Amino acid sequence: MERIKVGIIGPGNIGTDLMFKVMKSKRLQMHMMAGIQESDGIKRAAGFGFKTALDGVNSVAADPDIKIVFDATSAKAHLHNAPILKAAGKIVMDLTPAAVGPYVVPCVNLDQLENVENYNMVTCGGQATIPIAYAINRVAESEYTEIVACIASKGAGPGTRANIDEFTETTRKALRIIGGADKTKAIIVLNPAEPPIMMTNTIYSIVKHPDEKKITEAVNNIVEQVQAYVPGYKLRVPPVIDGNKVTVIVQVEGSGDYLPPYAGNLDIINQAAVAVAEKIAANLLSREG
Amino acid sequence: MKKRKIDIVDTTLRDGSHAVRHSFTVDQVTAIAGGLDRVGVSMIELSHGDGISGSSVNYGFSGTPELELLKAASEIVKNAKLTVLLIPGIGTIEDLKMASENGATAVRVATHVTEADTAIQHIQYAKSVGMMAVGFLMLTHMASPEKIVEQAKIFVDSGADYINLADSAGYMLPDDVRARVSTLKNNIDIPIGFHSHNNLGLSIANSIAAVEEGASYIDVTCRGLGAGAGNTQSEVLCAVLDRMGYDTGIDLYGIMDVAEEIVEPIMQRPQVINSAALTMGYAGVYSSFMLHTYKAAEKFQLNPRDILVELGRRKMVGGQEDMIIDVAYLLAQRVKGTKVVEGMTPLG
Repeated sequence: MERIKVGIIGPGNIGTDLMFKVMKSKRLQMHMMAGIQESDGIKRAAGFGFKTALDGVNSVAADPDIKIVFDATSAKAHLHNAPILKAAGKIVMDLTPAAVGPYVVPCVNLDQLENVENYNMVTCGGQATIPIAYAINRVAESEYTEIVACIASKGAGPGTRANIDEFTETTRKALRIIGGADKTKAIIVLNPAEPPIMMTNTIYSIVKHPDEKKITEAVNNIVEQVQAYVPGYKLRVPPVIDGNKVTVIVQVEGSGDYLPPYAGNLDIINQAAVAVAEKIAANLLSREG
Repeated sequence: MKKRKIDIVDTTLRDGSHAVRHSFTVDQVTAIAGGLDRVGVSMIELSHGDGISGSSVNYGFSGTPELELLKAASEIVKNAKLTVLLIPGIGTIEDLKMASENGATAVRVATHVTEADTAIQHIQYAKSVGMMAVGFLMLTHMASPEKIVEQAKIFVDSGADYINLADSAGYMLPDDVRARVSTLKNNIDIPIGFHSHNNLGLSIANSIAAVEEGASYIDVTCRGLGAGAGNTQSEVLCAVLDRMGYDTGIDLYGIMDVAEEIVEPIMQRPQVINSAALTMGYAGVYSSFMLHTYKAAEKFQLNPRDILVELGRRKMVGGQEDMIIDVAYLLAQRVKGTKVVEGMTPLG
């Protein structure tokens, strides 16, 4: 089966895990890993026989075989890369908080996004909680939604730590725009317990119609949809209704492709990006075919 | 010989906010902040119990928006530094900007004892706009003195004016406090502060231990009003430090009167060491979990103590109030004999 060639910019933990996921894909083919200096991620890609480059976005943009690009650098670097990739006609999965293009959560709004060249993957907490927030809002009308994402300290990289406000602000905004509540709030907690904890996410929603049966059905249904691309996504606490307040807790166990299972936060954003890329690849292939 | 100065940091209007479920009104704040300023405290901390922007389902909603409370306090506070708490992951620089516009002149940026690097941007921002900035480590019983030095140095390098160590679970014994404060004192050049909870009845003893090892900022609350069994009681500590020959700069009778005439009448329950608070001190659980645990215990028909012990076993940190529901749900399913999602227990 023919596959679409992929470039990854940013050979850190996220980029390397993405490479492993792309290697397992039936529709995507790993082609080039790009960074700005020699690194473990670059060596690993070269070791697998893929092309590598140390000139940031340039070689990826210039390679006509590459159709889809994952940018796992930083918000600042992506603001530089995005126009270059656009000019080169690449379709981009943006894993930084730059949000040049629209937010996407595959099971929530991928089908409504057409002719998009730059997809923003929100945050790990956004990918884990927006599906639940969206499901609750559809059946119960959320006036206010709040999430608490707890990740293992070991799973929070230097970028997240140095810019923790970006997490809370981006997640809060995406919860409102695609999760659908009128008002939203996002909280993140890092927990250093050993052995490392699994990522847990709590979704609270203040709703107009606290119908337990409808809410439970909607939540169970969306959990199955997320599980289609994130196998380690589990409902820990099914909807608990307390007056007009709904509480749901989900856990994300990483698939262990490159990063350990406790790094469910990194796994879910990467799985989501690959799910979007696979759908685009399928469209490209059907057009060509 | 000149008496050594100890700066009294009153957090009745921040940690005490937990004990009144974040219901402080403009009138109460004006009376308390005005009184504290008059009697000579160095810093007055005012925020939601979980810091600015803590108002939420997870931590409880504020009865009055904290920016209104800050504005009211700023109109009456003349000498003390009007201070806010900021916990990265809950509050943001944007929130700090608004707090500053409403009269805050100092911020204490609090992280879990191992996560100081999440506070760098907030401390640097505060310093860049001329605020006093304090690096605040929570749940310090969970880390060794050496780890605390490493983390405190991250705050020092970011520009913090002093380092505050919190015994957020009220778990430490005086020797634990001595080891941490003295090691830190030998390794950094900026002042050290200490914040205690009275869950084991040791808040005064631990505060004295900290002072004797070189701490010069001590957190207190009037009547001890605060999370769990409450904090170091202002008026008591001031009397003790005075007897020991330290200079707090506080009018002792004045602070007694603020506690008795202004704070006590608004307390919602007596600030005592009950079983839940004692369990937290014994098991090392974050003190502000207490009232949320009562609610969950009632909803799921459990003993609060069982929930608290499980939270301690899982090593939950400050801010994880949502895990109270998780634990209560799990325990209730066990009671019912219902099978729960696989992977529930490995969390911790």
